Amino acid sequence: MDFTLLMNAVIAGLLLGAFYAAVTAGISISFGMLDVVNIAHPAFIILGSYIAYIVNTHYGVDPIVVAFVALPAFYALGAAVYQIFYVSFEKRGQDSLRGLAFFFGLLFVTEVFLVLAFGVDYRSVDASYIGASLRFGIIELPYRLLVPAVVSVAMFAGLQLFLGRTFIGRAVMAVSQDPLALRLMAVDPTRIKRIAFAISIATASLAGAFLIIIQPVIPSVGRDYIGRIFAICVLGGLGSLPGTLIAAILLGVIESITSTFYGPSWAPAVSFGILLLTLAVRPSGLFGR
Amino acid sequence: MSEPLLKIEQLGKRFGGFVALDSVDLNVASGERLGLIGPNGSGKSTLVNCICGTLRNEDGKVSFGGAQIDGLIAHERTRLGLARSFQLPRPFHTMTVAENLHVPLIYTVGARSGHHLSAADLDARCMELLALVALDGKARQMPRDLTQVEMRKLELARAVAAEPKLLIADEAMAGLSHSEVEDIVKLLIRLNERGITIIMIEHIMRAVMAFSQRLAVLVSGKKIADGKPDDVIKDKDVVGAYLGT
Amino acid sequence: MRTPLFILIQAVIAVALYLAMHFFGNDYLFFAGYTVLQFIVLSTAWNILGGYCGYVNFGSAGFFAIGAYTSVCLFTIGQAPEDIFPAAILPAMQAIFPLPVPVIIVIAGIMAGLVGLGTGYLTLRLRGVFFAIATLALAVVLQTLIVNWSFVGGSRGAYVIPANTVPVFGPYIQYLFALMLLLVIVALTSARLIERSRLGVGFATIRDDELAAEACGVPTLKLKLIATVLSGALMGMAGAPFPFYIGYTEPGSVFDLGYAVNTIAMPMIGGTTSWAGPLIGAILLGTLQQVATVTISSAVNLLLVGLLLIGFVIVAPTGIVGLWQSWFGKGAKR
Repeated sequence: MDFTLLMNAVIAGLLLGAFYAAVTAGISISFGMLDVVNIAHPAFIILGSYIAYIVNTHYGVDPIVVAFVALPAFYALGAAVYQIFYVSFEKRGQDSLRGLAFFFGLLFVTEVFLVLAFGVDYRSVDASYIGASLRFGIIELPYRLLVPAVVSVAMFAGLQLFLGRTFIGRAVMAVSQDPLALRLMAVDPTRIKRIAFAISIATASLAGAFLIIIQPVIPSVGRDYIGRIFAICVLGGLGSLPGTLIAAILLGVIESITSTFYGPSWAPAVSFGILLLTLAVRPSGLFGR
Repeated sequence: MSEPLLKIEQLGKRFGGFVALDSVDLNVASGERLGLIGPNGSGKSTLVNCICGTLRNEDGKVSFGGAQIDGLIAHERTRLGLARSFQLPRPFHTMTVAENLHVPLIYTVGARSGHHLSAADLDARCMELLALVALDGKARQMPRDLTQVEMRKLELARAVAAEPKLLIADEAMAGLSHSEVEDIVKLLIRLNERGITIIMIEHIMRAVMAFSQRLAVLVSGKKIADGKPDDVIKDKDVVGAYLGT
Repeated sequence: MRTPLFILIQAVIAVALYLAMHFFGNDYLFFAGYTVLQFIVLSTAWNILGGYCGYVNFGSAGFFAIGAYTSVCLFTIGQAPEDIFPAAILPAMQAIFPLPVPVIIVIAGIMAGLVGLGTGYLTLRLRGVFFAIATLALAVVLQTLIVNWSFVGGSRGAYVIPANTVPVFGPYIQYLFALMLLLVIVALTSARLIERSRLGVGFATIRDDELAAEACGVPTLKLKLIATVLSGALMGMAGAPFPFYIGYTEPGSVFDLGYAVNTIAMPMIGGTTSWAGPLIGAILLGTLQQVATVTISSAVNLLLVGLLLIGFVIVAPTGIVGLWQSWFGKGAKR
């Protein structure tokens, strides 16, 4: 076993894992805390990737900067989607079948729309740091992985602070556990849920930028991430942000090692395999409520 | 002294760090009418869920008819003769009132005896049950068209359709008017006279006192009193924790 | 209407349809019609678990693929049994292989049913949402496995070349069309039988309120497993003739996203509470898509399906059958 190869696979896995955490943060909020099964989340991420691509290609702006600028738009989009979801399904007390079908339809329509708009060629972005690496002896840290990883962790820390320290953040944590108590405090649970969902979609803007920095993107890439996202969510334990981060890094490392030694075509099976295994053995995950 | 129909020994249930039930002992004799009272959040519904198999208890033992039932799934316990009505009625909303009763008739009574009831038999038993709760006129209606008290009656009828030995009525009278409450109490006593052991969980003291032969009190997951209703309501712990002066 | 009469009526319609198309003489009709029939079977199968029990399966493509690749396997074995079997059993195998398509269909159904059983056993004890996610996972795992399996061609694909003509039916496509008609009858009859049976009552209670169902004595896990196996098996059977239909089978076409979305959209648009819903949905959407693919493009037609799905789910959740019932005041339909 080539030690250098293994070492770098693990490092790449750690960095990739941090990125996966950013991708999953949104679902951790919408599914883990709000119980909204937004399987369309990857579609929003890919949307973010393509927006970063367009602005980067035409104006040369760094993709992460684009993502920050697009944040409010994604927030508004998230609020709008939640409102439609709430009025059509949650309020009516519909069975979850329709809600799932709605999000699936959204995922599907977004992907096909992107195919029509951009075709199926791989798109990537240009930034000064892509292609270069930071080196410490035998350890190699590619910037295209390092930069997204660092910003991901920062985003995670920000989210955790928000949820733990601000009033609205704590209301979000409370809304899944005790909506009645919230009402008694004159806080509208629906409004809180809408804010939380909007935030989850806003994270997709950033995650999308990270994605297209790390790898070239075509519309169907979203579907590859569904498995990863839910595997991480379930493994980490629904509703636990720290759990999501740890599970994401774990997945990243396992995937990276598998990829390096057995070939990249097995990567999707890793996450789904982990998902099925976790569901079968310990459905509440590592840190689940 | 014969074996109690339902025997709960040192039952414990936790949700994460929160202790919902703590070393609860409770026996219910065959044919008895037991009342169970306690403040909100004291663990009454959790106890029902543990007895019926919707939740699994971590500690202690639940025995029914002399046999331990802790490992059994909910539907298996129903087939043994344990039935419950839900606090918030849960009718099958895409089926008519009559069809709601078909379900336990098919899946409990039919399954228990090994041979299935014919369509004619099903309808006959169904109408008999509906007549018992005065809902026979509404057999073809959908649950959403029923009034509150009618929904509660359907809920009870559906539990009785399973031909249980023990029926747990979980707050079947919450929010009903004075005469509606009397209605349901009379119904439960009638059912008891037909041979069904009944545990009534309630907040409405009038109903509890009219119904119960024995009264147990649950506070913060612990049983603090168990005995004759007249004695229990005078017990100072019970008064302090729940009834007030 | 009693079931034998229902089967008879379907058989009469099927034979009439086949003969009409046969004498019209245009093979394209058979090719186009085959896909619609395939969707009828797939949607009806999906609906047994999705509409009747309320458990969403996003991995229809996976079960379809199991059927298709069982065919590819059995066909490839049939082409050269001497490469696979040891000498001891070779003569017996050479007598059996190549297997006729109807036998392959049955085997494919069994394989798909087994996979359904396995997946269901792992995940049906959890909330419906986890089952749905697991089915998504399943489809991707299967695709990865098949892409890496050289015996069936891996990502390069495999050729399945059937005979050009078949006795009685003439062109091979007409034979496949007839087989698919038979599958449609099987699917619709099964769905209708389930609906009217005790099993159907049990399924409906699971959909309406699983907790209350258990309290009434319904063995929910067992019933859900039955539904998953039946649903998966039918989907596998629908997939079995596909390699013979298309000639060149590669993972991209078998795991096509269109299968996942159509098998959900067709029952939800047609109506999920009745056997008629998937039938109507499949005929409407299937025909619409055949037209759209030819006149506009296949991507646009998928977009239309997706938009229709979202629209119907929001505005008309009971589907076309539900709308019909509320307009003509059927109320409790049983």
